[in-house]
Amino acid sequence: MRFLPSEEQSDFARTLRGLLAASDVPAAVRAWGAGDHAPGKALWARLAATGLFALAADEAHEGMGLMPLELATGFVELGRAGVPGPLVETAAAAVLLTRLGDEAPAKRFLPGLVAGETSATLTLPGAGPYALDADAATHLFTVSPAGELRLAPGAGPLRTSIDPARRLALPDGGGELLAAGPAVTAAARDAADWARLLTAAQCLGTGEALLARTVEYAKQRTQFGTAIGGFQAVKHRLADTLLGLEFARPLLWAAALTLAPGEIAAAKLTAGEAAYAAAMTALQLHGAVGYTEELDLSLWLRKARPLRDAWGSPSQCRAAVLQERLRAL
Amino acid sequence: MDLNHAADVEAFRAEARDWLAAHVPATPLPSLETREGFAAHREWEALLHSARWSVVSWPEEYGGRGVDIEHWLVFEEEYWASGAPGRVSQNGINLLAPTLFDHATDEQRARVLPSMASGEVIWAQAWSEPGSGSDLASLTSRAVRTEGGWLLSGQKTWSSRAAFADRAFGIFRTDPDAPKPHQGLTYLMFDLHAPGVTVRPIGRLDGKPAFAELFLDEVFVPDADVIGEPGQGWRIAMSTTGNERGLTLRAPGRFLAAADRLVELWQSHGDPADTALRDRVADAVVGARAYQLFTWANASRFAAGETIGAESSLNKVFWSQYDIALHESALDLLGPDAELADGEWAEPWIFSLAGPIYAGTNEIQRDIIAERLLGLPKGRR
Repeated sequence: MRFLPSEEQSDFARTLRGLLAASDVPAAVRAWGAGDHAPGKALWARLAATGLFALAADEAHEGMGLMPLELATGFVELGRAGVPGPLVETAAAAVLLTRLGDEAPAKRFLPGLVAGETSATLTLPGAGPYALDADAATHLFTVSPAGELRLAPGAGPLRTSIDPARRLALPDGGGELLAAGPAVTAAARDAADWARLLTAAQCLGTGEALLARTVEYAKQRTQFGTAIGGFQAVKHRLADTLLGLEFARPLLWAAALTLAPGEIAAAKLTAGEAAYAAAMTALQLHGAVGYTEELDLSLWLRKARPLRDAWGSPSQCRAAVLQERLRAL
Repeated sequence: MDLNHAADVEAFRAEARDWLAAHVPATPLPSLETREGFAAHREWEALLHSARWSVVSWPEEYGGRGVDIEHWLVFEEEYWASGAPGRVSQNGINLLAPTLFDHATDEQRARVLPSMASGEVIWAQAWSEPGSGSDLASLTSRAVRTEGGWLLSGQKTWSSRAAFADRAFGIFRTDPDAPKPHQGLTYLMFDLHAPGVTVRPIGRLDGKPAFAELFLDEVFVPDADVIGEPGQGWRIAMSTTGNERGLTLRAPGRFLAAADRLVELWQSHGDPADTALRDRVADAVVGARAYQLFTWANASRFAAGETIGAESSLNKVFWSQYDIALHESALDLLGPDAELADGEWAEPWIFSLAGPIYAGTNEIQRDIIAERLLGLPKGRR
């Protein structure tokens, strides 16, 4: 047993972190929120070039096989940088197509998704009704409770999320039927698990970014003639924030290793709550300047709550955890 | 990265599970914070030791099995899952023994460790003083040089297990003129039955004498019972408190077992409509798993040759808060029966309440986290 990332896994995360640090992600986020997808899509292409989306597709369709641990590690970095777009949804769609056991849709869509030439968004049974970024994604998939996978013809009017860089829409009904049956239902369940896992990873990265920025601010901002980071009340809030994030991280790893629904729910619950707590601490310690959209902090601040609830609210995750545990006892 | 244990670890787990299933007392022992419970727990320690389960991570020559941290964590999972009694000798095993392994002479190890492993000698810790809790370096109990040893005088307090224990360990001021408070301190072991020692048990919240005050009046300690060099007591003690906050005091197995008992309590007493309480039960399950995994990650770092420093403060704050939340949820599930002092969850709840206070208060731990892990400036405490 060695419960630590391997050198390769750490290297992959470092590569992504370097790439994102060298990109002006905040500018891409602001443009995305204003409906200009060009900078975000340019970023998307650079991310795809690292092999990111290949980690969610099988080798027969240009993927690297399903590699949840590597992908989750990567999504922590996407969250840390605040990258906009249907990233989770594209990876989940790739998993759905990989697990379908039906060659035709996989052959048709996977190579483009893996290469980053196309993107996808989707709705799945049991998850929320809205498709994220339906206006920006190349494909909009829906899976019905009856197990029909369709390519939706379009989506209703765009709704803005609490996070302006997340845009929501209800998929139109109907559309081309791509596959149907129990295999679709099973594949959709796997895809939903992956979506939950990768959202948990994004939460962790988002929380880490919020904490890091707040720690820097607390070191520089002075009041009463001293840095506010020297005040015990401030220190303790930041210590608690770190505590929440550090105990979420191993849950995320275990969830990616096992892909057990209870583990994934535990990771999502914990990372989501830790990120949201980090956002509230960041807001309080930045004071009024933190309550503005001008400061880049707002890009993460407004993400924390929607990510906490997307692909499995805390309440849904707790129910899943307890259900699994009761089964095991 | 993986979470699978090698075959030899699983075999070790099975051996521990079988032995525990055959030997754990069918009815719980009386509280170890009572005289009769202390004696019963001492017998349990002897039984554990007879099959070499009392100190599995120690070298075989001292009564252990010489296994690594992974085996130890697995043993702890089985130990607590089996419903085995609390460890009356934990102060010695978890706090003094690591210090002896790191800083003592071979003679001291050979003399002290085997009787600790068997429960024949049970150790109390003697750190705090009435004026020195979180600011331990301000302690004033002194050890004065005498022929062949030292004479201890002063007062220690909150000395866990001291009401019924045999010997104690702590630090004492040997050089009052040292320029800084944490210099001129010496780490030593002493006999709680020696002339000049008065032990006054203190009842904790439930009245049980879980700790005691020690009044020391020129208590003789031979040179052979000084650990390390005189004057180096602070450095030596700090390596011990790191252990206390970190892994050794609260193995994850303990919380995994407690969380499972809570889930069972939810099954038998839970109201399906009370989703708020259901959520807290789920949080207990998640917290135990998080703590287990955090520990495995740290154990993997140990195995890779890294050391764990201020991270042990994260550990301490986490488990102490977790422990209270878990026990509060149990009391809420019990409803009116929660009030009964002899209930199964009453004493563990009382015990959990001390977590944020001992082993360095959580306020001090948060300062350590903020300053050493986040790099925030030192401020006034």
